[in-house]
Amino acid sequence: MSKKPAQSLTLFLLLAPAILWLGLLIVLPHVEILVLSFSERVAPRVYAFGFGNYLEFFTEPLYWRTFARTATMSIIVTALTLVLAFPIALYIARVARGRLKAMLLLLCLLPFWVSELVRTLGWMMLLRETGVISYVLQAIGVTDQRIEFLYNDGAVILGLVYGGLLFMIVPLANALESLEPSVVEAGFDLGGSRWTVLRRIVIPHAMPGIVAGSIIVFMLTVGNFATPVLLGGKNGLWFTEQIYAQFITRFNWPQGAAFGMLLLVLSSAIVWAGLRLTGQSLGTTLKQA
Amino acid sequence: MDLRSWDQSDAPFTEQRIVLRGKPGSLFRTMRWPGDASFWRTSMAHSTDLDLVNVTKRFGSHAAVNDVSFSVAPGEFFSILGPSGCGKTTLMRMIAGFEHPTYGDIRIRGRSMIGVPANKRPVNMVFQSLALFPMMSVGENVAYGLTCRGVSRAEAEGRANRMLERVGLKGFGDRRVTALSGGQRQRVAIARCLVLEPTLVLLDEPLGALDLKLREHMKIELKQLQATFNTTFAYITHDQSEALVMSDRIAVMNQGQFEQVGSPRELYHNPVTPFVASFVGETNKWHGEAAFTSNGSVAVRLPSGTVIQGQGKMADKATLAFVRPEAIALAQDSSALSGLPNKFEGRVSAVLFDGANSSLLIDTAGFDQPVRAVLPQAGPLAGLTVGAPIHVGWTADAMKVFAA
Repeated sequence: MSKKPAQSLTLFLLLAPAILWLGLLIVLPHVEILVLSFSERVAPRVYAFGFGNYLEFFTEPLYWRTFARTATMSIIVTALTLVLAFPIALYIARVARGRLKAMLLLLCLLPFWVSELVRTLGWMMLLRETGVISYVLQAIGVTDQRIEFLYNDGAVILGLVYGGLLFMIVPLANALESLEPSVVEAGFDLGGSRWTVLRRIVIPHAMPGIVAGSIIVFMLTVGNFATPVLLGGKNGLWFTEQIYAQFITRFNWPQGAAFGMLLLVLSSAIVWAGLRLTGQSLGTTLKQA
Repeated sequence: MDLRSWDQSDAPFTEQRIVLRGKPGSLFRTMRWPGDASFWRTSMAHSTDLDLVNVTKRFGSHAAVNDVSFSVAPGEFFSILGPSGCGKTTLMRMIAGFEHPTYGDIRIRGRSMIGVPANKRPVNMVFQSLALFPMMSVGENVAYGLTCRGVSRAEAEGRANRMLERVGLKGFGDRRVTALSGGQRQRVAIARCLVLEPTLVLLDEPLGALDLKLREHMKIELKQLQATFNTTFAYITHDQSEALVMSDRIAVMNQGQFEQVGSPRELYHNPVTPFVASFVGETNKWHGEAAFTSNGSVAVRLPSGTVIQGQGKMADKATLAFVRPEAIALAQDSSALSGLPNKFEGRVSAVLFDGANSSLLIDTAGFDQPVRAVLPQAGPLAGLTVGAPIHVGWTADAMKVFAA
């Protein structure tokens, strides 16, 4: 029995950094924001408890439309990332061997050694009116005018897919790697076409990876700030911009806090709905991813 | 026309079935008569289910399978027996369509399979790991192949359930494959193939992962399944007991080539190469020199100078002599062995008790290794212990002699 208190102390000490991290940096600010979001300004410097900040979101079309737009585009980005990442992950997991496999994973990782802001600025250099793509198109005579590729939804989606790719490839490749080669062979042997084997064997097997990757990419995309602002410009209208505007421009912290909470709750609801629709459970996903 | 006049054994099974079961009205339309040239063409092709013609598979300069030819008759249980790395898995994967021969032809019912992808061949495989689909239920596993062929979901399910019933898994359709025992998974893997009514079922050491008791049981069960479905089985294994118990014919494979093809008894009693003699079954093996040859009988001089008498066609000096443990006669005194050309005196050096497979090691003068014999468990010699003096002997017929 004498060992027990010492053991629990050790456990506590080992867990302390994690608990402090979660408590101070995640739970505490969220509680603070939650409390803040329920305070309404009734007069200068006078605040009262109320749901007004939340009602504002539903009554002012700009806000909920911005959120709907953000959510829709994030779903599109997630789907595009999945479609692009799947063959890459399949190649890394099933075809590439040894050094090639390590090289390919490293190539996926390499862009993330550079800050997101710098990467986004890189895209701007490529896409802007005086940028590389416009210049090349002019040089080879496809067009005689400069073309602006920036500041539209396409540019935003491009940038977000690029940023999400790695977070999709890694869980997908992990899931696909555990698929026994003989199971795929059995799929062919029993008469399955490539498409049947992909649809009935490979994809169901990779489902936990698909779900994990999609959740990560969706959450990162919904909460992204720099990419939509820089690549979308004035047309960007991302929900995080509204939060930024409330906190920084309008100096309406309670409103910004309410938007922050709404972003958390609504995007979680979308993930939950996605899981229900595909018949997946978060538990099995977390276990396998 | 008298149907009995043509050789029934050559008549293809399917055509016979039409004669026996077809409606009289449809007989003339569905049946091709022996007078018709097309009948003979297909009939000749049907007399074997599988033909390999000079099949070679090279990986770089290494020939994994080297010029192998054989045929498998319909309904036959054909095994390929060989040590690991002998090329038997490559051979099987070529038949299944996962590897392609460098030279040669693979024909199924006379149709060349070169260029035919795995999913278009009338061949199904039971994998070593079984490779059941873990994302599907037992019923879906069995119905998978049918739905791939465009059979409707409802009908596929019905046929899958009937097949599960035939392999003794009635009511298992909705279970997860992970919830099955080893033997049940085995049966699902076989049912999944048989439901497609393939010309040929390939089995790649499917019993390897099972424990001993279950393996013994599955050997008998597999043989019975094969007999009830009357499907041609090609089975590969490194376990000689599996091959001997189940097969109609066995090919012994070594270093990419077939050493001998024959019935289990032929291989066991009349091996044609020293590899077959030592690989199939337990045996005593001695190196020596051919001392005297006449008319099929060979005298072999062991390094110690002892001469033993055996059977074989000898040309070279260096020889290998093989005697099965059960061919060695034991006696308390030498007079009981007086008729035998080979008789020696020895002393029991070890008793290896293993139930019916128990054996004795007998240190015998003139032999560098102890002679292995079957442990008598009844009669006057029952209860032999280490150190007991004993006389051993064997006939010249029992000893096979080969060039080393």
